Amino acid sequence: MDVDTIVDIQGLQTAFGSGKDRIVIHQDLALTVRRGEILSLVGGSGTGKTVLLRQMLGLEQPAQGQVSVLGQPAAQLSRAGAASRVGMLFQQGALFSAFTVLENIAFPLREFKTLPEALVRDAALVKLQMVGLNPADADKMPADLSGGMVKRVALARALVMDPPLLLLDEPTAGLDPNGADEFVALLRALHQGLGLTVVMVTHDLDTLFALSTRVAVLAEKKVLVTGTSAEVVAFRHPFIEHFFLGERGRRALAPLPAVPVSQGALPHGK
Amino acid sequence: MNITMAMNSAPYIAFTHSAVGPTARLLGRWAAADLAVPAQWRAATVALQGLPTSAHWDLAGVERLDHVGAQLLWNHWGRQWPAQIDLLPAQRSLLERVAGFSCAALLTRDTSWAQCFDALGVRVLDWLAQGLVLLRMVGQLVLDLLRLARRPQAGPWRDISGHLYQMGTMALPITALVGFLIGVVLAYLTSQQLRQFGAEAFIVNILGLSVVRELGPMLAAILIAGRSGSAITAQIGVMRVTEELDAMRVMGIPLGYRLVMPRAIALAIAMPLISVWTTLTALAGGMLAADLALGITPAFFLQSLPEAVGVANLGLAVFKSAVFGLLIALVGCHCGLRVKPNTQSLGQGTTASVVTSITVVILVDALFAIVFKNVGV
Repeated sequence: MDVDTIVDIQGLQTAFGSGKDRIVIHQDLALTVRRGEILSLVGGSGTGKTVLLRQMLGLEQPAQGQVSVLGQPAAQLSRAGAASRVGMLFQQGALFSAFTVLENIAFPLREFKTLPEALVRDAALVKLQMVGLNPADADKMPADLSGGMVKRVALARALVMDPPLLLLDEPTAGLDPNGADEFVALLRALHQGLGLTVVMVTHDLDTLFALSTRVAVLAEKKVLVTGTSAEVVAFRHPFIEHFFLGERGRRALAPLPAVPVSQGALPHGK
Repeated sequence: MNITMAMNSAPYIAFTHSAVGPTARLLGRWAAADLAVPAQWRAATVALQGLPTSAHWDLAGVERLDHVGAQLLWNHWGRQWPAQIDLLPAQRSLLERVAGFSCAALLTRDTSWAQCFDALGVRVLDWLAQGLVLLRMVGQLVLDLLRLARRPQAGPWRDISGHLYQMGTMALPITALVGFLIGVVLAYLTSQQLRQFGAEAFIVNILGLSVVRELGPMLAAILIAGRSGSAITAQIGVMRVTEELDAMRVMGIPLGYRLVMPRAIALAIAMPLISVWTTLTALAGGMLAADLALGITPAFFLQSLPEAVGVANLGLAVFKSAVFGLLIALVGCHCGLRVKPNTQSLGQGTTASVVTSITVVILVDALFAIVFKNVGV
């Protein structure tokens, strides 16, 4: 396999349930993620975006097909030291609520029981500041943090061992527009500064257009189309038209020749 | 110098004396996962130890350098740049980032005696405040009961019957099992002693009095405190975490009337029944063991039991159990309402609930023993 292929998915089939209740989510799905890109996965609800992400992490096993990450089968990913291969930002942050911010970030390093405490602290403090937090926040508990700070701490924890691959599940969900913009800027800076490869699932079109170098659309149980956001928007398919060219999409896709919104478009009774 | 490395990815330093002076060439992977291998960590730190910051540092041959490796080097250099250093651009930006973000160690708070004293004061005040809240909860319960008495048709009867089933009926098997086994064990141990004095017949008095008056109610109360007290705290605590309590409050539904009172009533009814049930199974166990160990027939046992244990003891046990039930429910609700909206607080609250309710039950039992020392014995 090519050295620049970070994630390689071939012939993937995912199904839930069995017998009559068997629902196939993915059928013959193929997807590759190349080094250095930011790939966004979009699709309607129930198309298995998050499932795909979890399969890349080895948290779920596909019914058929191969998922290999960094040249290894994804199922072997969650062995010791997994944090140095892939980082995951969960939608709710998934911070350990019993630990302080700094202990959360330092957790993967501390688990080795080899590195001295001072070095672990220093390394965690660097990551804490890299995600735009203040050293004074180090001793706070997750319960005392705002939604944006939780995401930042979770990002710092995902990156503490400098994994080459970062997976994001709805990175800006639950953030206010301002906070979302700041978080997108942070992600872009980290992507450039650390040379990360990023795969993200997002519903937020602003985030999608601001970050992704490539977009993969999941529909009809497979990857319908991949390409830059402009290429994907040009693809004719009911889902894409609904997703990108609805009211929301037109707002986010400002450069696109927008259909003028007619006055008095609000519904009114007779 | 001839570079032969045991593992070609292990962090390694080749130290040479070249024309520019002593040169430290770093090779291999200086990344967290590699440094964390104990043997490699030891080798790397030992190799670093002997190297002065003033040496010529050459990092160009490093296979992979991450923030942890950079931090290790930066700390070794005394948090300043060495005079002579060869770097790749990516390594330079990495080290610059580490340099920029390395801050002085945060002050570790050392605790003085004054602070310990302070903390003790805070704790005492916290206990007093909790006592006050508990007292207020009792007052609220009285008001809620009056409200229920005024309009019984509007009471939360479904809740009460649901709790009665969960806390009462569902607890019958476990209390029966524990009661029966305790009865057997107690009868066996006592029979060993009684046989020495030829006073076998007194097993009915000893077993009857201790089980009916003390052990039955206590066993039941401790089991229910562990089983239902924790469940009450967890239910209400989860409602706090998921903001259901706030939702109820916003809709103007009184928490005391809808959450505390049904549980208090249900446990106050269920507890005496479970206590009697536990007493009966313990007596059955004791009767069986007495038959086997001492040859005291069940017929004799049942015949002499009413003479040995006055009926006042049973009344006292039932009354006591109702109070225990009320206390367990109140402590459980109190701890549940104190839970803060995070998972850690939920765990602490549940533990505190069980420990507190068992302690309270034992304390109140001692109080009962003193107050009613002339009744039934």
